[in-house]
Amino acid sequence: VVAAAHVSRRIASPIAIGRKGVDAMAYAIKVNGNTHNVDVDGDTPLLWVLRDVLGMTGTKFGCGMALCGACTVQVDGIATRSCITAVDGIGTSEITTIEAIGATATGARIQKAWLDREVVQCGYCQSGQIMSASALLASNPHPTDSDIDDAMSGNICRCGTYVRIREAIKQAAQPSGQGG
Amino acid sequence: MIPDHLPSCVAGLDRSPSANDFSRRRFLQAGAVAGGGLMLSLHLPFANGDAEAAGSDGFAPNAFIRIGSDGQIVLTMPYVEMGQGTYTSIPMLIAEELEVELSQVQLEHAPPNEKLYGNPWLGGIQATGNSNAIRAAWQPLRQAGATAKTMLVSAAAKRWNVDPASCRAQSGEVLHAATGSRIKYGELAADAARMPVPESVALKRPEDFKLIGTPAKRLDTPAKVNGTAVYGIDVRPPGVKIATLAQSPVFGGRVKRVDDVAAKAVNGVRQIVRLDDAVAVVADHMGAAKKGLAALVIEWDDGPHAKLNTQDIAAELEKATLNAGAVAQNIGDVEKAMASAVTKVEATYQVPFLAHATMEPMNCTVHVRKDGCEVWLGTQAIARVQAAAAKTAGLPLDKVVVHNHLIGGGFGRRLEADGVIRAVQIAQHVDGPVKVVWTREEDIQHDMYRPYWFDRMSAGLDATGMPVAWNHRFAGSSVLARWAPPTFKNGLDPDTTEGAIDLTYALPNMHVEYVRVEPPGIPTAFWRSVGPSHNVFVTESFIDELAAAAKQDAVAYRLALLDKAPRAKAVLALAAEKAEWGQPLPERVGRGVSLQFVFGTYMAQVAEVEVGKDGAVRVRRVVCAVDCGIVVNPDTVRAQIQSAIVFGVTAALYGKITLKDGRVEQTNFDTYQILRMNEAPTVEVHIVQSSEPPGGMGEAGTSAIVPAVTNAIFAATGKRLRKLPVDTTALKQPV
Repeated sequence: VVAAAHVSRRIASPIAIGRKGVDAMAYAIKVNGNTHNVDVDGDTPLLWVLRDVLGMTGTKFGCGMALCGACTVQVDGIATRSCITAVDGIGTSEITTIEAIGATATGARIQKAWLDREVVQCGYCQSGQIMSASALLASNPHPTDSDIDDAMSGNICRCGTYVRIREAIKQAAQPSGQGG
Repeated sequence: MIPDHLPSCVAGLDRSPSANDFSRRRFLQAGAVAGGGLMLSLHLPFANGDAEAAGSDGFAPNAFIRIGSDGQIVLTMPYVEMGQGTYTSIPMLIAEELEVELSQVQLEHAPPNEKLYGNPWLGGIQATGNSNAIRAAWQPLRQAGATAKTMLVSAAAKRWNVDPASCRAQSGEVLHAATGSRIKYGELAADAARMPVPESVALKRPEDFKLIGTPAKRLDTPAKVNGTAVYGIDVRPPGVKIATLAQSPVFGGRVKRVDDVAAKAVNGVRQIVRLDDAVAVVADHMGAAKKGLAALVIEWDDGPHAKLNTQDIAAELEKATLNAGAVAQNIGDVEKAMASAVTKVEATYQVPFLAHATMEPMNCTVHVRKDGCEVWLGTQAIARVQAAAAKTAGLPLDKVVVHNHLIGGGFGRRLEADGVIRAVQIAQHVDGPVKVVWTREEDIQHDMYRPYWFDRMSAGLDATGMPVAWNHRFAGSSVLARWAPPTFKNGLDPDTTEGAIDLTYALPNMHVEYVRVEPPGIPTAFWRSVGPSHNVFVTESFIDELAAAAKQDAVAYRLALLDKAPRAKAVLALAAEKAEWGQPLPERVGRGVSLQFVFGTYMAQVAEVEVGKDGAVRVRRVVCAVDCGIVVNPDTVRAQIQSAIVFGVTAALYGKITLKDGRVEQTNFDTYQILRMNEAPTVEVHIVQSSEPPGGMGEAGTSAIVPAVTNAIFAATGKRLRKLPVDTTALKQPV
């Protein structure tokens, strides 16, 4: 079982803006190009900052232990499980979420392929799948089946859309974004 | 949502039905909508022919089609989308007969109302399950579409003063070829509402379908790839707090003592709610709530099930199969036939408790006020949710508003209201709205589980090896008996026995009994493919055993029993051919086959499985042949089969919920494994052309794959697995 592919727990200094309680600090984090100041404990996972503090609910909660990939975002382009990424470790890194991935060329190609191939069923895991897949393609424009397995096996889909996810990644990897 | 204007429309219809034929009125009525439009109300007939939900005039509509003066066509329907494509397939039925583009039909989800929206195939309960949305809607929705079209044509003909027969409908317009006149539906809608409802309408022949049978694009997906889709867990009413909870680790246990000093000190924690059997932490965000939960010190009184283990439950079920049960099916004389049999084969089978593990963890948002209650969630059974919330909050039904949202996986889990009851209990202590989110651990350990079943099989073979007697007795929980008590009659319910009775095989003497045993200390519920998820594994494993005992090929043996079941025979032959059945394979690689007729659909699967020296099982390839009658959306059929196979392989290889000292031992996806991308088989789906009415598609693939996998393991290793999930230690190659 590949449980937590591409999990990165980054060490960086928090930007201390204020202090509240023992660990409470305000952290400035950059999400989809915008800087947000969030007043939470430093060990708060990014997932809850995104969903509950900033109200960006496209990033999903699935397991809380980097076992399922539903919470995947990109931190400086690297697919990262936000459920175990503490806010105090993010520093000045750029966070990209599903809400903005369509603004990147790779993300837009992946989203289109997802629709062309009718990948989605219940859809709950697909934010994470798309964030993992677009990170894969950005770093490896022509992935093999084995590359796809390595990059995508950390993302569980309970509806079992794996066959179509694989097809869609291959389509998006074509120069026209149409083939595969 | 439409609760504001729907009731008035219905009331208006009651006053002015345009139909004068009473019997016809029971199924379909037409009337005007405020603002000038046509409204058709229809009643989905009950499977057993009665009309128990009918009102005083004998008519209780549960689906509505509105054609507005702006030409918009809006369908209000009682089924929910949970990824199975219903939001696309159902509008196709109306669009086909109404002669409009699929994109012209908009869907509105029905508000909770059991009387109006009860599903005829689920005992009149408003719910989506049992793979029956298309099956129940197939005939009435097409009739409604054709009726509306006829009335629109009549209205146009009257306006032009021509014979309706000289007009035709096309792409949302009525055309009169002789004069070249054309008029849009929207402009006709008000007039059409005053036309008589036709006594009968002719439905299109399958060969004339333009839309049905084409791979229509799903309508619900664009929002699901860009983060804008709103699932129950995503709702954010103003001022909402987030709560998470710890429930008694033993079902039936109680909170004895709570030390919440450390939890209250956590930054962002607002409140600790203590219930009889659970403690919740209410916070500004889930991070704080989880941190608070971890800081709680809770002492539990485990209650009567403190020592319960799965083995005790299995032993109890095994014992129950020694006694007679309710007779689900009896054909011929099994006892006599058994006495004359040349060979006897006996076996017992067991399947485990299973969790649903929907990707969206259980959650429910509730705002309890003095005079009312608002609930936000994704549910398969909205009326049940409303009733549960009302009862828990002590409010009348009409004071509870339920907002239904997208469902991040149902599989039967969201047919239950246990999570709603819990959320309302917590919300009663909270000022303002509160979103209660289960951690994954809490979701898996407090699911309602697919039942454990124990099966005792015996068969007698004649001198040629063919079965002359088939005996099957099994024990386990009846989910329907709890969920829809009227459906449990004479010790039987239609779900628990599906797949065990009415087999496609010609079995001259057959006897099937069911013994209802409700396990203590663990709640049971529907789970994708429900009864068949267990029965098809047992019957298709056992027929494989009989073929092996007769030293015959597994496909040829089945085919020989199918002379009177041509549709079954056809799918089996097709799957075998496409899978290259009989062609040589490497060592420790095998093919296994299964055949079933459940949910009104014939399906055969061939699984190709590789067993490693260490016993590890890899399902490499699955070939599926399906005859599900007329196919509404072939791409959805393929998607559902691909999906159901992954779901079934997960269950076959990994699925197991066990109890130790009353506690569920599995916690998260590390101990309750789900099949992943690198393990997923290739799936080939072959659809048999058919003009029979549609069968169900959401679940059939799950029950069929499990015995195909275990039969393939037998072919690869000679080991017959009679207990799920697959025990890889038993498959290790001896050194």
